[in-house]
Amino acid sequence: MLVNRKLILAHFWLAFAAFGLALCLGAWQMFIRSPLGTWLSNPEFYYRSLTAHGTVMGYVFPTLVAMGFGYAITESALKQPLVGARWAWAGFWLIVVGAIMAMIPVALGRASVLYTFYPPLIGNAFYYIGVVLVVVGSWIWVALMSINLHIWRRQHPNEPVPLAMFANVAGSYLWAWTAVGAALELLLQIIPVAIGWRTTIDAGLARVFFSWTLHAIVYFWLMPTYIAYYTIVPRAIGGRLYSDTMARISFILFLVVAMPIGMHHTFADPQVGAGFKFIHSTFTALVALPTLLTVFTICASVEIAARLRGGRGPFGWIAALPWHNPMMLALAFSFVMLGFGGAGGLINMSYQLDATIHNTQWITGHFHLIFGGAIVIMYFAIAYDLWPHLTGRDLPDLRLIRAQLWLWFVGMIVTTFPWHWVGILGMPRRMAYYDYADPAIAPQAFSVTLSAIGGLILLISGLLFLFNLATAHRQPAAEAGAYRFSVPVHPVRSVPIALNTFAIWVALMIELTVTNYGYPILSLAARSDTSVPAVYVGAQ
Amino acid sequence: MSTRELFTFRNPYFSAALGIAGGLFVLTALVGLILLPYAQKNLQFANLWDAICSAAGLPQRRASAPTAKVGPRLSEAVLTQKTLVKPSQESIGRGATLAQRCAICHGPTGISRADSPNLAGQYAAVIYKELWDFRSGARTNAVMSPFAVNLTDQEITDLAAYYAYLPRLPAYHPTPQLQKPNIVIYGAPIRGIAPCGSCHGSLDNKTGSPWLEGQSEVYLKAQLQAFASGGRVNDISQQMRNIARAMTPQEVDEAAAYYASQPAEIVKSVD
Repeated sequence: MLVNRKLILAHFWLAFAAFGLALCLGAWQMFIRSPLGTWLSNPEFYYRSLTAHGTVMGYVFPTLVAMGFGYAITESALKQPLVGARWAWAGFWLIVVGAIMAMIPVALGRASVLYTFYPPLIGNAFYYIGVVLVVVGSWIWVALMSINLHIWRRQHPNEPVPLAMFANVAGSYLWAWTAVGAALELLLQIIPVAIGWRTTIDAGLARVFFSWTLHAIVYFWLMPTYIAYYTIVPRAIGGRLYSDTMARISFILFLVVAMPIGMHHTFADPQVGAGFKFIHSTFTALVALPTLLTVFTICASVEIAARLRGGRGPFGWIAALPWHNPMMLALAFSFVMLGFGGAGGLINMSYQLDATIHNTQWITGHFHLIFGGAIVIMYFAIAYDLWPHLTGRDLPDLRLIRAQLWLWFVGMIVTTFPWHWVGILGMPRRMAYYDYADPAIAPQAFSVTLSAIGGLILLISGLLFLFNLATAHRQPAAEAGAYRFSVPVHPVRSVPIALNTFAIWVALMIELTVTNYGYPILSLAARSDTSVPAVYVGAQ
Repeated sequence: MSTRELFTFRNPYFSAALGIAGGLFVLTALVGLILLPYAQKNLQFANLWDAICSAAGLPQRRASAPTAKVGPRLSEAVLTQKTLVKPSQESIGRGATLAQRCAICHGPTGISRADSPNLAGQYAAVIYKELWDFRSGARTNAVMSPFAVNLTDQEITDLAAYYAYLPRLPAYHPTPQLQKPNIVIYGAPIRGIAPCGSCHGSLDNKTGSPWLEGQSEVYLKAQLQAFASGGRVNDISQQMRNIARAMTPQEVDEAAAYYASQPAEIVKSVD
């Protein structure tokens, strides 16, 4: 039951159009820094492009996907029309206005501060205000998810919340709380300086605030992907979900432990005490738990599908899987990239090992593999799965869809594996060009070239994705039926209240934020000697 | 089950979650704030509290710690968005009067005949900062320092306004225009040198950086050498010292010769 199809389509199309533009910038950046391109004589253009790429890919694209998918889940899982559709449109337009407002100063070279803001660099105020509007637009979505669930609960007392909606609301609460860090940084620190009310900024405190957002935002990006793993994949490949309880516990764990771990992004920062870095490092290890639970549950669910299709033996069932099904393919690719990316992440989160790769291309490789690879490939799968229900038309050609997914997987591996490698060799990130003629880094030229070719493959795949979605609108009409989610092996009749509500978990998330961030933030805020002069970008 | 029943220790989910999270926090805090500081042999703590404060990131000055060596005086010039906005005609006029005493080296029209910098049309922020630094002693020069030492804040602002107002004229010692050397347009990434042009014009201009076109080659070279040797230290966060130290003598020559050969008219207006 999808009533507000236009709303959902608008979110997805805006998300993917923005993604297409940012992807072009990304591919250009890969090319220009590689030995294939001539040196870019004005590095400013590189940072301009990098800021636009990061801002769109980090804030605009995944937020819109989560929102559009969230509205689709609300209507199809709760089987009730979305309450507050006008507010949803208001949120959408806030994001449109915010994204445009942010991108104009970036295009003019007035806000080349990268999407992580990097105070004391200060760009044009409209850039930050645009980002704030995007976040405010997404908070409307958070409120709507909560309200719609509340209305459903009133009409269905003591019934288990459908898993897709439970996970969706968990994701929205996580986002609501994690965005507070960046919002505090922008509203209390950066925007007053950008407007000119103040000329100094506490860069260290600003970075701590940002770390509050910076890691949990990854789990917000990840939520639609995990929702797809649990509630779409088993249905799409003709299987059953192995455990509904395990799924709920995974999403609850994400909600609780994604927050108090962000300081592993500040391991090299002097303003944070080593003790707190250790605490955050240990808590970061906990996020492996929900991912391992998920990998186990989904592998079990996939095995159920294979055995239902006649698969036999300890490993023979793998061959019986529906490999021609794009969802199966996307899941397998996503898991492979999640495996490598997760293994790399173990190095980033460990206080000592991080020192060997901190601020190198390893990091860029890592988050592209996890986000651009494991997460985004499932965004594609979600779009392909939802499209017939949104457009009322069949998808045009499964071969093109499979080719697109293959290209994305291959492209991402070819891009990120050499990136990790040159990172280990010490290649710094965030540089516009490198002198490959120098004997010290000449051997890295091959890896970087390979990586740029991977970027080109990704660009082709991304454009093919847009083509696939666009041509679907011109297919003959076909009724896709109701949008369904996967069914667990054991029907869910009742769920312990703790696994059906969020009160404990939201409280625990906030409590852990207080214990793990309270002292570092308060001690920095209380000091008077930590401010530095702002460095205005593009100012004269 | 109401919220009250949810938040009781009879609810196994609540007690388990709180127990695990709280236990882990206490354990990691004990290890991170007490055990690890003591595990580092090179750190000496007076007592337990000292160790905890250190690991929590609380800066502290220990009596036994050696006092920081007093280095050269650093730049104290502060430029805010309001410092140099729209100079008045009076300010420019006062600057013109004050500038008469500068003319002997910097030329009556701001064009030097003595290998001193040409100041006509230089960015106001640059004049402002250098005068401020000469006055405070962050930058010293046997000839220049005595001129600057008695200037008031207003006089510095007026001089900056006046010289920024003057038209840029061709330099007194024009040479054939040279091709852009690599150091100017690309820098040397492997040695961490940004292109000269990304701050000093040709590519882009950053606040506080002077344009260099048509300046004296001798002067430019001398300043780069002074930055490299530590004879000049008024650059913010050692930006120029780090660059100059990493430059080869040939690059210093190329950069100085290139900028000296450029006509000042090509400097883009930033007003």
